[in-house]
Amino acid sequence: MHELGIMTGVVEAVKGAAANACATKVYAITLSVGEMTEAIPDALEFAFDVLKESEPLLAECELTIHMVRPKSRCLECGAEYEHDRFHMLCPECESPATTLLAGRDLRIESMEAEVPEGEE
Amino acid sequence: MQIDLHQPILDKNDKLAAELRARFDEHHVYVVDLLASPGSGKTSTILATIDALRDEFNIAVIEGDIASSVDAEKIKAQGIPAVQINTGGACHLESAMLKRAVDVLDLERLDLIIIENVGNLVCPTDFYLGENAKVMILSVPEGHDKPLKYPGVFQASQAVILNKYDTLPVFDFDEEAFRSAVYQLNPQAPIFPVAATKGEGVQAWAEWLAARIRAV
Repeated sequence: MHELGIMTGVVEAVKGAAANACATKVYAITLSVGEMTEAIPDALEFAFDVLKESEPLLAECELTIHMVRPKSRCLECGAEYEHDRFHMLCPECESPATTLLAGRDLRIESMEAEVPEGEE
Repeated sequence: MQIDLHQPILDKNDKLAAELRARFDEHHVYVVDLLASPGSGKTSTILATIDALRDEFNIAVIEGDIASSVDAEKIKAQGIPAVQINTGGACHLESAMLKRAVDVLDLERLDLIIIENVGNLVCPTDFYLGENAKVMILSVPEGHDKPLKYPGVFQASQAVILNKYDTLPVFDFDEEAFRSAVYQLNPQAPIFPVAATKGEGVQAWAEWLAARIRAV
């Protein structure tokens, strides 16, 4: 259940960005979450709903989570390939020498906020 | 209006971890974050590692547990500095908790810090603590299918210790299936079969670690 800790980080970052932009409401937050992390979307959404209750700024906020497929590059033959979280070897040359390009992402991409006129 | 952020969710944790890492590097301290299930023999493995390395290196241990200080007491009984972190229910260590423990250690005197993370094969894998390496322990009684059930921890670890290896004859543990699953997930990670309480197999693991401590 570390999703609550992760979402607390999201809420803090969003509150900071909202304050910088003088926003009065945040309507939407978009996250990217790699399939190779241990963060489960359902648990992230549940944690967000719990945190939202004590944040008037987020009262009407929707959470969107984009799952990121793992992707690696082979250091031997240079092939770039998507894979599941269980198979890391290069599908072209079966080399174990690969580097992960994506799949462990935990990123806040953007937010949609209401900024009163004159503040934009 | 849309506000683009593109920032890591764990930004705060990662930045603090990077500060800790800079302090470790400055003092040439190698830091291992040890991940495993409850009861897999983390503390026994740490004690066996201390035994193998204490003549060459100055070692300290940071113990992460939800409650109690029983593990730290076992380490201190060996004359090794140990700091207990009680997470009070949290399922993993974060860098802010680690910082409080690091602050009471004399880094200048140390070569190696072993962090015993909270017993959990899931949550600790997502949190960078400023360590040089995450290393995991799986014990034979837990079963050879664990890489398939908990792939994240096997991928996040630079080495895998297979503990309680002496119990292999009495458990239905398919070592070949285990090795093949680990290889698929993390082909670069060595596997060290160890019986920590008997000291068996500890030498190979200790040599792997010693080479890395000497390099920082």
